[in-house]
Amino acid sequence: MDDVSRLREALMAEVAAAESLEALEGVRVSALGKKGRITGLMKGLGGMDPDERRAAGQALNALKDAVAEAIEARRAALEDAALDARVAAERVDVTLPARPEAPGRVHPISQTIDELVAIFAQMGFAVAEGPDIEDDFHNFTALNFPPEHPARLMHDTFFLPEDEDGARLLLRTHTSPVQIRTMQTQPPPVRIVAPGRTYRCDSDMTHTPMFHQIEGLVVDESTHMGHLKGVLIEFVRAYFEVEDVPVRFRPSFFPFTEPSAEMDIGCSRAGGELKIGAGDDWLEILGCGMVHPNVLSACGIDPERYQGFAFGLGVERVAMLKYGIPDLRTFFESDLRWLRHYGFLPLDVPTLAGGLTR
Amino acid sequence: MKFTLSWLKRHLETEAGAAAIAERLTMLGIEVESLEDPAEALADFTVGRVVAAEPHPNADRLKLCRVEAGGGAVLQIVCGAPNAREGIKVVLATPGARIPANGECLKKGKIRGVESEGMMCSWRELGLGEDHAGIAELDPGAPVGAPVGTVLDLDPVFDVAVTPNRPDWLGVRGIARDLAAAGLGALRPMPVAPVPARIASPIQVRLEFTPETANACPQFAGRYIRGVRNGDSPEWLKRWLLAVGLRPISALVDITNFFAIDQARPLHVFDADKISGDIRARLARPGERVDALNGKTYELDESVTVIADEAGARALGGVIGGEDSGCTEATVNVFLESALFDPTRTAATGRRLNIESDARHRFERGVDPASAVPAMEMATRMILDLCGGEPSEPVIAGAEPDWRRGVPLRPARVRALGGVEVSDRRCVEILAALGCTVREGDGGLEVSPPSWRGDIEGEHDLVEEVVRINGYDNIPVATLPRAPMPQPVLTQIQRRTGWARRDLAARGLVETVTGSVRPTAHAALFGGGRPELMLANPISSDLDAMRPSLLPNLMAAAGRNADRGLRDVALFEVGPAFEGARPEDQRRVVAGLRAGRTGPRHWARAPREVDVFDAKADALAALAAAGAAVDNLRVEAEAPEWYHPGIAGTLKLGPKVLARFGALHPRMLRAMDLKGPMVGFEVFLDAIPPAKPRPTKARPLLNASPLQPVERDFAFVMGREVPAEAAVRAARGADLLIADVAVFDLYEGDKVGPDLKSLALAVTLQPSERTLTDEEIDAVSEKVVQAVAKATGGRLRG
Repeated sequence: MDDVSRLREALMAEVAAAESLEALEGVRVSALGKKGRITGLMKGLGGMDPDERRAAGQALNALKDAVAEAIEARRAALEDAALDARVAAERVDVTLPARPEAPGRVHPISQTIDELVAIFAQMGFAVAEGPDIEDDFHNFTALNFPPEHPARLMHDTFFLPEDEDGARLLLRTHTSPVQIRTMQTQPPPVRIVAPGRTYRCDSDMTHTPMFHQIEGLVVDESTHMGHLKGVLIEFVRAYFEVEDVPVRFRPSFFPFTEPSAEMDIGCSRAGGELKIGAGDDWLEILGCGMVHPNVLSACGIDPERYQGFAFGLGVERVAMLKYGIPDLRTFFESDLRWLRHYGFLPLDVPTLAGGLTR
Repeated sequence: MKFTLSWLKRHLETEAGAAAIAERLTMLGIEVESLEDPAEALADFTVGRVVAAEPHPNADRLKLCRVEAGGGAVLQIVCGAPNAREGIKVVLATPGARIPANGECLKKGKIRGVESEGMMCSWRELGLGEDHAGIAELDPGAPVGAPVGTVLDLDPVFDVAVTPNRPDWLGVRGIARDLAAAGLGALRPMPVAPVPARIASPIQVRLEFTPETANACPQFAGRYIRGVRNGDSPEWLKRWLLAVGLRPISALVDITNFFAIDQARPLHVFDADKISGDIRARLARPGERVDALNGKTYELDESVTVIADEAGARALGGVIGGEDSGCTEATVNVFLESALFDPTRTAATGRRLNIESDARHRFERGVDPASAVPAMEMATRMILDLCGGEPSEPVIAGAEPDWRRGVPLRPARVRALGGVEVSDRRCVEILAALGCTVREGDGGLEVSPPSWRGDIEGEHDLVEEVVRINGYDNIPVATLPRAPMPQPVLTQIQRRTGWARRDLAARGLVETVTGSVRPTAHAALFGGGRPELMLANPISSDLDAMRPSLLPNLMAAAGRNADRGLRDVALFEVGPAFEGARPEDQRRVVAGLRAGRTGPRHWARAPREVDVFDAKADALAALAAAGAAVDNLRVEAEAPEWYHPGIAGTLKLGPKVLARFGALHPRMLRAMDLKGPMVGFEVFLDAIPPAKPRPTKARPLLNASPLQPVERDFAFVMGREVPAEAAVRAARGADLLIADVAVFDLYEGDKVGPDLKSLALAVTLQPSERTLTDEEIDAVSEKVVQAVAKATGGRLRG
């Protein structure tokens, strides 16, 4: 056995015996460092004749590569072992609660309006808006409420102070004035819904002085009561997400529509629980009718040429029915417990493609 | 409006049952609020006949009866009633029947050892009265085996809601007419036979109005009747009135009530001996008083129509009669009044004097203008029938108003508006059934509505009548034509509002909805409470001012939650704020409020109190979500007085205020009795400039450098009052290579000296073409130092 072979054996044994990265580094330096044993032998090559040098050089290089490879392998093994040891020592109680996040909520009224808009947008209705403080013309006169007529008194109106001319502004009692504002500014065809705040001087178990309505209006040259029924039937089925919910249209009276109707949907109250759909009872859901010719005339639209329908419904009412919210007044109490319970997640944007409600 | 089935049948010949009638009423637009049908509970009970009644073998007080039921069956029944005897017709219940009085189900049983196969019921057990002394005895002619409901005079009671356009439905006859038109029976004729005079009326009637006020009472038909006996009404009348909720008083009073319900025709009967001189209808004199039938005294003014005699006002025309001119049991001579009163004036009087009466209810909606004379004749006949007496000639002042008019109907309009095919013949049939006179004219029908249908004004009203009577159910459902692909419909600001809402909710704020009306005291704290924005008729004195800001609402909401133990609050609202009463003064605002701490206590992260930078972050997030270019906004350390003067700011774009944020002023918290800390923000959505329309949705090309950015830190010492933003802007603009500037430290204290602060900036350089050399980096650094020094007076910290 020559020197090289002996050295190889000795170095391999040292590498294998190194128990730590530091010891292994010591082996590396003693073998391959500037003053290392292989390095020392390499230096001796200079004094050899060419043939001898080539043979010895090849042997030394092979030794150098083999030792370096062994060191790397040993290093990897030692590092793995060290990592295993470290990881084995690391422990966290993962049952501890994560850092708290407080997700917000969207109010049921906003969510319901978004749902209603999603449905009516599908049928080509734009969203119109108007001011909460209205004048008598837009809220009553243009909607064919004659002065002093009992129908006008049925609306418990909040008034603002009289001005010098004795005229007084008021808080709109319904979203219907948006019909007027829309028709005054936009020539037919008109197809809008108008959600918004409305106000009546009334407060008890089932009334709040402020509530929300959504108004609908279609005016063109051909829309008739059959279309009115069609649109509203599609609406209630989409909104309540109940196929074939029974509906009926009953004659009624509103000053601004003629003929007028109220729409009922079928429900059951079996066991004290209200369920929308087939049942033996009816639930009033909205008022509607063909736009009264006086209303069209008041907006400068020729009732001989144009016609259409209008409807209005209470946003809180349909939200209560759909989501089983028992008390109207709670909508406006800002009780965080209520808002978190009945509110909606911010990313639950209602779409018809995805289904309105999660 | 209440009426019974038998009352309805006085006008309507029909075989229909109460339920079918109720269903049809609903589909005619007469909303049935309730239908109480006593026969329903008696479906299990039949007529029986006692064929034998013998003593019970084991009990002295009981009888053993044999009772014939329907179909030849004879039942053995043990009975304790003293009146149980052979031959009487009884109400028979067999096992399984539910007894209305106690809801119990009847079972077969043995009584004192003898089997009993049924029960004979008392009126009380049937829920039809108080009589329990014995079993009910039916009319001897009642057919054995027939359901009891068919032989008893059980009268279902309808309670209906009448829409204000149909005063004729405030009378049973008006309702009967619509039912007949809808095919549910035939309207019985109601001929009016003038009653011949037997004496001359000692009382005349004068209408004392000016031409301007003549419509207050255009016609007054009266009649003097001598020698009446004002006793009790007959049983049928008392029963009907009781059933509809009216207390029978005396025949004369009951007759006037009968006409109000029967024909929507209010009448009045004066005790003629308490009238001095002639009767006149006129407007009241200022200060004139009337003691009304309801026991109250009313002071009147010139807007009120009164019925007066020589002594003064005796009744309020169309509203209520007078206490001291009314009929009593002692009345012998009467004067009947059948007049017409103006709806508007009647409504105003009733409203101002706060008097609800059946007469007012009908007159203010409109009483049939042709009814004064016929009703007077019919009422005279009824008084003579029930009370006797001798009538005078009719005493009539004024004239029937001219109500006749022609309304054209093109039957094609029924299809065009109603969307339903109704033949011309059917149109004529329906309108005629409703009392219209219909004449075929050129290109359509010429329709004369009857006197009681003042609501029919134009063609659309006739279309409604045809469609309504024909049935809304018969209108075929049609699909509204629509674009093959739904189009976007929301306006820019509507979309922006939605984005801001959902972004804030995603940030952990909870949306609420609060009232637009606030207590004045709160509104005044937030720049509101001006007289033109105060309600004239608030629902309560603490809700009377249109809100100038959403913040007081949110603050109060936070306070209410704190009272429930929820002190850490993050709320927001999207809604209107009112700067004035004009439509353009209504702002579209998103406001938010955070109170308390950032969250619950936690083992890994301690919560902190909310601060102004939470509000600033919310405001910027809402603005960004709503499409504002937040990088271009200027922050100014100014805000209205409801914010803390030193801890609040305004976000501006040019001169435009887009948002405000800050700590709420401790004085506001104190005024509203709230605990801090509270920070809030207001974003004015309508102030954000509209986005420029872009020709394409393509985004600008991403220019991502392959070269690593270089970061250099600087610490500047500058005056404490210098806004950090000035240093950041200066550094940011120092060189084109600078991609970002961040503030990573702020120090105010001993080490930099009084009135000074140290602000540490991390400046990021982004090379675009090649790696920067040290010299190049140093050159940019020098520019940063220069620029910040120039803008802020700051120098590098040594």
